[in-house]
Amino acid sequence: MMTGAPVTAAQLRLVSCEACHLVSRPASAEEPGFCRRCGEKLEARRPGSIQTTWALTFAAAICYIPANALPVLDTTTPAGSEADTILGGVVFLYTSGSWPLALVVLIASVMIPLGKLVSLAYLLITIQRGSVTNSRERTRLYRMVVFIGRWSMLDVFVDTFTVALVQLQPLMSVAPGAGVLFFAAVVVLTMLAAESLDPRLIWDSGTDAAPATPISHARHG
Amino acid sequence: MLAKRPSGPHDLPLALTVTAIIAFIVANTLPLMALKVVGRVASTTIAGGAYQLWLQGERITGVLVAFCAVLAPAGYLLFMLTLLLAARRSPPPAWTGEFLRWVGHLQVWSMLEVVMLGILVALTKIAQLATVEPGIGIYAFGSVVLLIPAIMDNVDATELWRRVEWIDGEMPLAASPTLPGAGGRQ
Repeated sequence: MMTGAPVTAAQLRLVSCEACHLVSRPASAEEPGFCRRCGEKLEARRPGSIQTTWALTFAAAICYIPANALPVLDTTTPAGSEADTILGGVVFLYTSGSWPLALVVLIASVMIPLGKLVSLAYLLITIQRGSVTNSRERTRLYRMVVFIGRWSMLDVFVDTFTVALVQLQPLMSVAPGAGVLFFAAVVVLTMLAAESLDPRLIWDSGTDAAPATPISHARHG
Repeated sequence: MLAKRPSGPHDLPLALTVTAIIAFIVANTLPLMALKVVGRVASTTIAGGAYQLWLQGERITGVLVAFCAVLAPAGYLLFMLTLLLAARRSPPPAWTGEFLRWVGHLQVWSMLEVVMLGILVALTKIAQLATVEPGIGIYAFGSVVLLIPAIMDNVDATELWRRVEWIDGEMPLAASPTLPGAGGRQ
């Protein structure tokens, strides 16, 4: 099988159903119709995929700034009150001796969201420039963005349970800060951006994986 | 018949789903942990955490946490239970396909494993200030976190899709005699 050149469904004028993955021959290229098995609307590519993904990625990038600059937790004690940002929380974990957890939070809250934004922008730019190189690696990167996205919700859950448990007025109480909302927005927006990006677009300009072969040969492969 | 499976292909995920639902109910009703400091005790559940955010003015975040940590996993488990019960019939009812679609959407937003890590980090932070005692809820929660990937691993969505009745009334592929491999199953 490795000798066979990749043949795309688009070349064979076939459409895969996004819901049940049944491959079928659409009624016409302009109006593919509906999946015969599950009734889902057939689409060769998700409509407006690139525009939607760009919009969501930009929105997430804008939210990323207040998410890191504004405090996520406000701690009130009789001695006064203190506001912690996400990085402040990482520093607190590190100085209190649990550096493995500090590292986990740093990766999940700072590096993963940033990495997702950069990866989405990179995928979008290479798709728009019609790049034919590294299609396999770019598809892998897309899968990683989808898989890893949920883990940046970590800090939102940490803040939730810290707030829920530390309600010991008047000794000490913790309230959520304005940064939490922006941080949650970054996570949700990047998850939606990854969902709206159609990974099949990566392969549409052709690929360097192997030279293109006539369709008649591929049927036997 | 060359070989017979010891049980139906959907019995194992069904058993796992029933277990996960019971553990999920326990995890959401009993306190996850209790915080003790100078004679005062505070405890919480997952929904309690989301509600506290709502009370403190972070309503959108509260709703989001409730959705990712309680509603989406609950929906996922209930849809999966219905789906697996339906899959025992042959052919499976027409709505099986619709449910499969929903399970896929809910799975994306069900973030129990992230919640689990979040609880651990929060506990480590709070442990500096007060005595933290784990409750029964946290053990039940931990078992749900382990059960969900086990369910996902054992559900054969392709096999289910192959058996559902087509929306245009055609017989499912598996029932046609041209595919003996797929049709040999009961």
